[in-house]
Amino acid sequence: MDFVPAISRWLHLLAGVMWIGLLYYFNFVQVAAMKAAGADGTAGGITKHVAPRALLFFRWAALITWLSGAALLGKAFVAAFTFQGPYVVIGVGAWLGTIMLFNVWGLIWPNQKKILGIVPATDEEKNKARRIAFLASRTNTMLSIPMLFFMAAGAHTAIYFGF
Amino acid sequence: MKNPLDSLWGTVISGLILTVILYNIVKFSLGG
Repeated sequence: MDFVPAISRWLHLLAGVMWIGLLYYFNFVQVAAMKAAGADGTAGGITKHVAPRALLFFRWAALITWLSGAALLGKAFVAAFTFQGPYVVIGVGAWLGTIMLFNVWGLIWPNQKKILGIVPATDEEKNKARRIAFLASRTNTMLSIPMLFFMAAGAHTAIYFGF
Repeated sequence: MKNPLDSLWGTVISGLILTVILYNIVKFSLGG
């Protein structure tokens, strides 16, 4: 077994499933659940017990996914990110994943800290943070669709691009 | 105009459209 690529690929899939799985949980389940829970006064349980735990695994899974993906690219890292020849396929996936990682650590997590009361914020700041975190999360959900396409295509170019 | 990301369907459809656009750009860059 070629140890580094084998373990990197396995880890990339494990962490990626956790990252995108939790992203889809937030967007397909929690947003609607919070709206309904807010209406009957039960949102506190989600905010206090569920969201912080989900965000913990979400943000670290995102980082592990990216790092294991970088290890998996190995010597092809620069070729992928600069779209050299056939590496353009995995390169598009890698760039989309990188933008998504930035959204997690640069936009979603700092704003969620304000929303969840981990860092102090006024009501106005919380409302603004809620909108930014929501749109960044929705952007990642949108980007995940082509990202996963190009990740799959990068490993199976014969099926997707005929080479 | 309403932001498509405000709805789940808008988000998914935007992702699918982006996939088709990027696929065609990459296919073109690889020589068709």
